[in-house]
Amino acid sequence: MPATTKKLPWQPFHRNDMLPPKPPPPATTGVLGWLRRNLFSNWWNTLLTLLGLWFIWVVASSLIEFALIKAVWTGEDRNACLPKDGVEVGACWAYVNAKFNQFMDGFYPADQEWRYLTVYAVGIALLVPLLIPKVPWKGLNALLLFGAYPVLAYLLLYGAPSLGLPIVETTQWGGLLLTLVIASVGIVISLPLGIVFALGRRSQLPVIRFLSIAFIEFWRGVPLITVLFMSSVMLPLFLPEDVTLDKVVRPLVGVALFAAAYMAEVVRGGLQAIPKGQYEAAQALGLTYWQMMGLIILPQALKLVIPGIVNTFIGLFKDTSLVSIIGLFDLLGIVQTSLADAKWSTPTTAPTAYLFLALVYFFFCYGMSRYSLFMERHLHTGHKR
Amino acid sequence: MKKIVALALGALMTAGVATAANAGTLEDVKKKGHVQCGVSQGLPGFSNPDDKGNWTGLDVDFCRAVAAAVFGDPNKVKFTPLSAKERFTALRSGEVDLLARNTTWTMQRDTELGLNFVGVNYYDGQGFMVRKSLGVTSALQLNGAAVCTNTGTTTELNVADYFRANKMQYEVVAFEKADEVVKAYDEGRCDVYTTDRSGLAAQRLKLKNPDEHVVLPEIISKEPLGPVVRHGDDQWFDIVKWTLFAMINAEELGVTSQNVDEMKKSTNPSIRRLLGVEGKFGENIGLTNDWAYNIIKHVGNYGEVYERNVGPKTPLGLARGLNALWNKGGIMYAPPIR
Repeated sequence: MPATTKKLPWQPFHRNDMLPPKPPPPATTGVLGWLRRNLFSNWWNTLLTLLGLWFIWVVASSLIEFALIKAVWTGEDRNACLPKDGVEVGACWAYVNAKFNQFMDGFYPADQEWRYLTVYAVGIALLVPLLIPKVPWKGLNALLLFGAYPVLAYLLLYGAPSLGLPIVETTQWGGLLLTLVIASVGIVISLPLGIVFALGRRSQLPVIRFLSIAFIEFWRGVPLITVLFMSSVMLPLFLPEDVTLDKVVRPLVGVALFAAAYMAEVVRGGLQAIPKGQYEAAQALGLTYWQMMGLIILPQALKLVIPGIVNTFIGLFKDTSLVSIIGLFDLLGIVQTSLADAKWSTPTTAPTAYLFLALVYFFFCYGMSRYSLFMERHLHTGHKR
Repeated sequence: MKKIVALALGALMTAGVATAANAGTLEDVKKKGHVQCGVSQGLPGFSNPDDKGNWTGLDVDFCRAVAAAVFGDPNKVKFTPLSAKERFTALRSGEVDLLARNTTWTMQRDTELGLNFVGVNYYDGQGFMVRKSLGVTSALQLNGAAVCTNTGTTTELNVADYFRANKMQYEVVAFEKADEVVKAYDEGRCDVYTTDRSGLAAQRLKLKNPDEHVVLPEIISKEPLGPVVRHGDDQWFDIVKWTLFAMINAEELGVTSQNVDEMKKSTNPSIRRLLGVEGKFGENIGLTNDWAYNIIKHVGNYGEVYERNVGPKTPLGLARGLNALWNKGGIMYAPPIR
């Protein structure tokens, strides 16, 4: 029986295209949804959020009031920053402004400032391309930065009469310049030295292993402040009277060796994390010790311990402020010394100075920490955890 | 063989003697072309860098005076800022030729530590500061007070001695840094702030309302501050000592940096001897006869240096007090040049 199609009185509805998706409920999207999900998902989180907001408000509002709203921006001496008609003023930025050059370079002669500015500029020009993974010529770049640059920096900073650069003695260095010199020399020396000692500590050769252990344990066993005091107070007594080691070189060596010991332990942690199979495979391929370390083990180990390495760098950067106790004027030292200037003594001078210090140190340490995070992600080629 | 050994030994000994003779600080200083002077890392009015990074202060000017005496040029001096702990080592190891770092002259330092104090360039002493509203006029009325001070300094011990000797009760509120102490005092956490009187004057500037506070008249300790040299070089000791005496004598004789050139024509024999017009006093200590002229011309007499750095017209505003000349109510006294 042939089926007869009977025309229906109404046409069935056929949808030929997909319905556009409806937007999710407004309460779960956008800023509002994010707020609800993350900050106000239940009464407990809501309470915590409100408490947190209140806390931020209390801290930030007084900080902003001190640092910006009530601040004194210009002035010739302490009179500008004294309470006016009984009303307290905020941060005395006029004082930072007056002392800014000193904070930057200590007692570096004013007409020679271009020299350390050049060192900064060349340093940045060499360092930035090295830090950006996409820029080519890493080898040449590194060679310039670690080979030629220190010589250039030394000649420019210290001076070379034969090249027409008058000598600026290290006792005149100070402020941020000295902090950066100590920190960067410490960082550049401590990493390779630390790797060497870490390898030495895991070496099969008893003498090397023993010497490495002795070195690491000695430097880890004494506080940095002791090292600095030893180098500045005891060392001159041991040396003959006409031999005087440079006042900056002494803590420089101390800081570098101290950091190297910590670095060695960080790197050793990385070495231990590499499975034994990697070593055995490398040896089975007939690689020599240095090939094995350089090609297989260290690239993996160092990648693993980037957070530890940067931790040590940041610690080193902040530890440089300890040299102020041995009469060197690093950034902290010069700022504290400037507080002794009666010309600028006011109730708000010291808080202003320390706020300024905090900002500068934060800038550098946060920069290092962000770069290390970036580097970790960039090198995340293997095992993601 | 024996001869050779003896010869070598003899040579060694001569060499040894020669080194000892070369150890004369004056020759060393002349050879390197500047005086290396140890100063503090920043003490208001005594040694601190100004806005341009030049060292200024009472101690700094003394260093410049020594440079003026030796070289006739007050700028041939380099400053080594030293912490309190490393100052004596730096001096003994030869790192500095002279220490002018508000150092209190005590017997132990003068003898055991192998140092020589050349004199006193500032008589300091520990004092008390209180709020005017307290109505206290003498330290003897401070029974039961809370005292703000720095930790681990002699000031703390001096307070203990003073209160015990006068049978008074007190409570110590101690902090590490001067800035913390002054803040605590300003916030009313204690009634009394005690430290050296020069320090009180400096810290007072950091108070919110300095006029509400008063320094009590009592001085409870002797703090004679003076420049120091190391044992074993009497010539250098003499030079530094007489640099100080020349500055004090110049004030007494009315010779200032302004009138020193006219004073050379003076008929007063004391002035003529001081300025090297008569006698060979400079040559006798290994300098030129115009050594004192150079000090006064380039740095000034003691009174000028005092007024410039800590005197009433500076922010510190310290009255001369004990540091006035002996014939003007103080105890600054220098032996005559003759």
